[in-house]
Amino acid sequence: MSSEWPLWEVFIRGQHGLNHRHVGSLHAPDAELAIKHARDVYTRRNEGVSIWVVKSADISASSPSEKGPLFEPSNDKVYRHPTFYDIPDEVGHM
Amino acid sequence: MYAQLVKSEGKSKAELTPEDHAFQARIDAGEKIEPKEWMPEGYRKTLIRQIGQHAHSEIVGQLPEGNWITRAPTLERKQILLAKVQDEAGHGLYLYCAAETLGVSRDELLEKLHSGDMKYSSIFNYPTLTWADMGAVGWLVDGAAIMNQVPLQRTSYGPYSRAMIRICKEESFHQRQGYAIMMKMANGTPEQKQMAQDALNRLWYPSLMMFGPSDKDSVHSVQSMAWKIKMNTNDELRQKFVDQTVPQAEYLGLTVPDPNLKWNEEKGGYDFSEPDWDEFFNVIKGNGPCNKERLGARVKAWDDGAWYREAMVAHAKKKAARRTVAAE
Repeated sequence: MSSEWPLWEVFIRGQHGLNHRHVGSLHAPDAELAIKHARDVYTRRNEGVSIWVVKSADISASSPSEKGPLFEPSNDKVYRHPTFYDIPDEVGHM
Repeated sequence: MYAQLVKSEGKSKAELTPEDHAFQARIDAGEKIEPKEWMPEGYRKTLIRQIGQHAHSEIVGQLPEGNWITRAPTLERKQILLAKVQDEAGHGLYLYCAAETLGVSRDELLEKLHSGDMKYSSIFNYPTLTWADMGAVGWLVDGAAIMNQVPLQRTSYGPYSRAMIRICKEESFHQRQGYAIMMKMANGTPEQKQMAQDALNRLWYPSLMMFGPSDKDSVHSVQSMAWKIKMNTNDELRQKFVDQTVPQAEYLGLTVPDPNLKWNEEKGGYDFSEPDWDEFFNVIKGNGPCNKERLGARVKAWDDGAWYREAMVAHAKKKAARRTVAAE
């Protein structure tokens, strides 16, 4: 049996109030150590206020080749954008 | 406001513990509170009520507009309305997720909506009678919601604040498409203009009620404002809404249905009539024109969808079992 540590994806909250953002990944034997390693690898310059780690194997991702079918349908829905509507300046910001 | 009359559960000064004081100090310093951090039980409960009510409003709010999707006057208008109603569903989901970080389950929240324990905004208990109402709802109802939601982007609870930021970004389209309908109607035939005026007449006061009761009757504001769950008083926001909306009505050539409406140079804002608060409390109690219909539609959708939810879980289980067999 391989004793290679599993891979973890690391998410850091940079400042109070912001979302956690993916910053990279690392190997660690368990979640607790993954957080400690993440602290050492990704926040040596005080980059964060909070860390999340998730086992890479637990992440389901869409494939880059699905980009078209997934996202193109919203291309022709320009009416979802506020700029689609001509609102005269006189009525103020809307 | 999408959350009205949210009961706040503060403690009296004498009951405050050192943890409570430290918590308040963090909020005063502008820090965000995140899900796993210590928080007073009252803060947690009040937030669940408020975010839950806000989420319910987004979901129930789909009904008055959904009512017109099949009858939109053009294909373009139908697409726009469909996109807006779809956004409202999305907004409800962002908010339910934010509430769930506080330890309440989605099913619990829905159960409380369906049983009447939790409310949604009173505005959605009014009917949408003509196509002009689609214009007035976007312009007035979404306008009032934006007025309330923009300051909530700075609320103290991180997940709520982030949901609000996302929602506000998507909300501008809602108000603009509504106002664009109003412009079209107001510049149309005399009958169309009359429909626009009629929609404004019916929705003006219910829109003013969205901000909740007058400050002198708003018993829960002080604690919620200290916790930065509520950022402005009801009357402040209502005044801002009136000041912003009256010139927009004038531009349309429509008349705000308030004989007492008058610019007050001294305060730099309009004087206006308060809505009928008896009507407001009556609607909140369940006696508005559409309360039964709205809640009935939600309960029916939930019950009718039960087989689908169960089938999807059964299918997922079957797929997982197949994968296990294949792996062996």
